[in-house]
Amino acid sequence: MSHDESNLPVLDAEEPIPNPGLPEHQWRPTDVDEKMARRAERQVAAWFGLSMVCAVLFFVSYFVFAVGDDPSTFLHFRTSNMALGLCMGGAFLFIGIGIIHWARKLMADHEIVELRHPAASSEEDREATVQILQLGLEESGIARRPLIRNTLLGAIGLAGLSPILLLRDLGPLDISVLKHTIWDKGMRVVRDVVGTPIKVADLEVGDLVNAQPAAFFETDEDGEPLVEGAQLQVEKAKASVILLRMDPADNKPGPGRDDWAVDGIVCYSKICTHVGCPISLNERTTHHLLCPCHQSTFDLADAGKVVFGPAARALPQLPLMEDAEGYLVAQRDFTEPVGPSFWERDSQ
Amino acid sequence: MRFLNRSVGRLSRHRRSRLAGLLVMALGLLAMGGLYAAFAPAQAEETTSTDAQVAQGRELFTVNCSTCHGLNGEGIKLTDGDGEDQMGPSLVGVGAAAVDFQIGTGRMPLTQPGQQGPAKQTVFTDEEREAIAAFVATLGPGPAIPNEEDYSTAGMSDEEREKAVVLGGQIFLANCTACHNFDGAGGAMPRGGYAPSIHDTSPKHIYEALLTGPGPMDKFSNGNISSDDKRAVIAYIESIREEPEAGGFGLGAVGPVAEGLFTWLGIAVLVGIATWIAAHTTRTSKKKVEEA
Repeated sequence: MSHDESNLPVLDAEEPIPNPGLPEHQWRPTDVDEKMARRAERQVAAWFGLSMVCAVLFFVSYFVFAVGDDPSTFLHFRTSNMALGLCMGGAFLFIGIGIIHWARKLMADHEIVELRHPAASSEEDREATVQILQLGLEESGIARRPLIRNTLLGAIGLAGLSPILLLRDLGPLDISVLKHTIWDKGMRVVRDVVGTPIKVADLEVGDLVNAQPAAFFETDEDGEPLVEGAQLQVEKAKASVILLRMDPADNKPGPGRDDWAVDGIVCYSKICTHVGCPISLNERTTHHLLCPCHQSTFDLADAGKVVFGPAARALPQLPLMEDAEGYLVAQRDFTEPVGPSFWERDSQ
Repeated sequence: MRFLNRSVGRLSRHRRSRLAGLLVMALGLLAMGGLYAAFAPAQAEETTSTDAQVAQGRELFTVNCSTCHGLNGEGIKLTDGDGEDQMGPSLVGVGAAAVDFQIGTGRMPLTQPGQQGPAKQTVFTDEEREAIAAFVATLGPGPAIPNEEDYSTAGMSDEEREKAVVLGGQIFLANCTACHNFDGAGGAMPRGGYAPSIHDTSPKHIYEALLTGPGPMDKFSNGNISSDDKRAVIAYIESIREEPEAGGFGLGAVGPVAEGLFTWLGIAVLVGIATWIAAHTTRTSKKKVEEA
């Protein structure tokens, strides 16, 4: 076996086994046959040409296919999006394929040997750097002028402390907002979206209603909503509830909650006590309410107790009663903060 | 007038007669019978056909349903070791709508007990299904099969439809997406259950499902979501079916799990391709001819 001497690294005389060097280079067909090389050249050009065709089709499809309210469709896809995506994808893909083909078939093809070097700088470089630093220290005279040194340290220290002051704004906050919701004595429980009040007779056993406090649907004389914008979102995030009508015999009210349900209709916060996802995945047959985020499961027939998952506390229950007109209303606000835990909250 | 007065006077002379009470009662019965004969025939005929239908339904029920639901639809409970389990729930008060949904979508009869019934080809003819529904409706008051004008969105004008789609979309998001997914693709439920996709469910069956709460699904009776609002939800579901896929393949619209899996698999495939390209180059045994 012959070796190409020019490729070999310098042999170390102390190496226990002689360096065998690199095996003989095997040429590619395109290296030894000019015809093959020209063919490969045409192939690469063809890939680039194909890319150009795609790019032109991209321009064409941008203008041809209808978008907007009445888009043209193809196999239930929007034709415009699909054509633009496929053409642009093709344009870039074919450039890539062409370059790979070019590199593998035609670009220089020979083995290279590179030896590893230590990562550290040379001794001379390191000494030179230390000398420059020493010179800087001497010329600035920082050792001889302690007044300057100390005031500089003081300035840097104080300037560094100033952003820390801003952390003050992180807390403690007014947490009363977490402890109360918009629910109040006598506020009607209304259907979400449509805002209509609910009578006991409206619901059958097994009905689940996604409900909201009536306050969200009240308007002033000009028809403007009383609660709107950011305030509405904040209040909704706390006050959303679900109503469930079950056979009164199935319901096991918690201690002191004997009059919180009306004819088997119970009302629970819709906000999971784990991290506050809205939940309404209820199983009618078991009265189990499942949170889709982390699978916490609450038993709504047993005071909202946690039967599975990471939630630590039962779902807060809203005490219900009927008003003079027979509509379902809240007896009062929730008796405990709704939603996830916070530092200042007791664990019950 | 004089004649009328005289004849009434003559009649009223007999009003305290012993026979007067009997006579009035006989006249009353006659009038009732006459009125019944005048108004009842059509109804009476319908009742007899329903009777025949109920009888046919009872027969079909006995053969096909009673194994799990009991001979009189009272349900069968199994005591299985530590707990009580149901072979089939009681059908008292589920109404004709529940039967029309369960049999019409092929969920009932089950292939085997214990599983959640998937929608499949129905095994009964329309007539047989109606007969069983008529029989189950006699077991107790429950929701009837809805009329076409309750659930069909065919008669809506463009403006009405647009309004219905907007309202129905909000109601769908508040009440349905928790289990059936924002696209109606369905999703997983506790203990191996699942909320089915509603992409191919007919408007009638959607309406009946809301009305009756099949399986573990909650009920959304007309007192909960009004009939008009149900129709709005159906209009919305129809609109998301018509909506063309803007972003290419939806991968079942089940959310980030499918999309993330696709991305990771795609990256693995690309790494494989890059490795393959780097490892394969055609070589030849020929030597290069040096050009002079």
